[in-house]
Amino acid sequence: MANIQFQGVGRIFRQGGKEFVALEGIDLEVQDREFVAIVGPSGCGKTTCMRMAAGLEHATAGQVRVGGVEVTRPGPDRAVVFQQFALFPWKTVWANIEFGLISLGIDAAERERRIRHYIELMGLGGYEQAFPHQLSGGMQQRVAIARAYVLDPKVLLMDEPFGALDAQTRVVMQEELVRLARQHPRTVLFITHAVEEAVYLADRIVVMSRRPGRIREVIDVKPVREAERWDALPRIEDVMDQPSFVHLRTHIWKLLREQQGDDAH
Amino acid sequence: MIGPALPRREFWRLTAAGAVGALALWTVAALSGITPRQFLPAPWEVVARLAQLMVEPFVGHTLPVHLASSLQRFGSGFLLAVAVGIPLGLAMAWFPVLDRLVTPLFEAVRFVAPIAWVPFAALWFGTGIGGPVLIIFMGAFPPVLINTYRGARFVDTKYLEAAAMLGAGPLRTMTQVLLPAAVPSIVAGLRISAGLGWQSLVGAELIVASSGVGYMMVKGQAAVSTATVMSGMIAIGIVGLLIDIALRRVQQHIEERRGR
Repeated sequence: MANIQFQGVGRIFRQGGKEFVALEGIDLEVQDREFVAIVGPSGCGKTTCMRMAAGLEHATAGQVRVGGVEVTRPGPDRAVVFQQFALFPWKTVWANIEFGLISLGIDAAERERRIRHYIELMGLGGYEQAFPHQLSGGMQQRVAIARAYVLDPKVLLMDEPFGALDAQTRVVMQEELVRLARQHPRTVLFITHAVEEAVYLADRIVVMSRRPGRIREVIDVKPVREAERWDALPRIEDVMDQPSFVHLRTHIWKLLREQQGDDAH
Repeated sequence: MIGPALPRREFWRLTAAGAVGALALWTVAALSGITPRQFLPAPWEVVARLAQLMVEPFVGHTLPVHLASSLQRFGSGFLLAVAVGIPLGLAMAWFPVLDRLVTPLFEAVRFVAPIAWVPFAALWFGTGIGGPVLIIFMGAFPPVLINTYRGARFVDTKYLEAAAMLGAGPLRTMTQVLLPAAVPSIVAGLRISAGLGWQSLVGAELIVASSGVGYMMVKGQAAVSTATVMSGMIAIGIVGLLIDIALRRVQQHIEERRGR
């Protein structure tokens, strides 16, 4: 595991001679084994932040470091779970999960052991030889999560991973991710525009504003969650009923709502 | 404008009507005496000649043997086109430098019809196997290359990002991401390639000495046997159709596996 550091990160896009500031002055550290969610309106640059940590995009100012090393290109030490799953449709579930392990040069016996472990953990047993199109959206995203976790990466980067799922499937996946995250804490940077999802999953929440994309406020959820013993509650709806949860959610909603007000001017 | 699809029975009825109509026209023209029978034999005379060629050698071989040697040449040229076209198309999609090097050359050369390569092939290879293979290759190569390149070039970037994130190098990205992503486009290209390659066959066999359907037809022409020439045309048509049906099967199989 490792931390993720954004140091004075900015991103300027140039389009038709005009400059457009997408991100400005982002300073953020995701601690080792911390689960940080970034929320913000669309266009605030939250996905760009994640893609910079993944090495899929470059900063035009500042630096992004993972485990102290500057990020220059994508690699299996920074596993990404994409919103559109991005499973290889021509490969079976097993082969999709195995793909990155082969890059890492892991021997066949160890590959099999690890894949079996995550197939079991993600409830994919019996679907090893299925192709992605034969699975529901929720099942496909389980494969994508298994494909990321199986690499045993330094950090996990999730870009609205449940955004393409229906409401019921989404809830189940959120509960499973919480179970996974609490049992095996990892460094996670989680991008979402769903406030409840962020409060439920994250240790800390970064609220962003747009034009330019900046950090508006950072909210510590973990102390509240631990004090109120949310993790003892089995279901997401029980957690969401807690006054402490409602309080945090409303606070974040207001922050986001104020920005919409800004837009109106 | 494209109208609504025809019901299946209607489709077959019209197809049969078209075939019968064409045969009737042919028969009338042959029997009317507009042209000498030697130049336009009646349908049944061509069928009789076709049946005869199946068992009786003409210029050394029966029709099946001529066909077999044609298919062998076609197979060599076609496989060569596939063996060069697919890797080159993938590499061009991945390495922009190669794309810029090859594309202008290719764009110029592909307008030289396969048949226009005949004199060149004859000069180079004489009557050896190389000539026909070169001509068939020239017919079959462009669609394989173009379709492989397009299929790989326009692969959804999310797959390339996933591959990069999963640590795949250029070789694995090409063979395990670009190639499978391009397969539907490649198979469509193979169908066009096979058609063009097979069409180039007669031209190729004009310069071959001893066997092949094209060779048989050229000798039929020299012997002023229109029925022999037409038998060859029918054989080329039927085999071409069979090749296309076989490749269409492959295409359907792949699409079903992909869930489209």
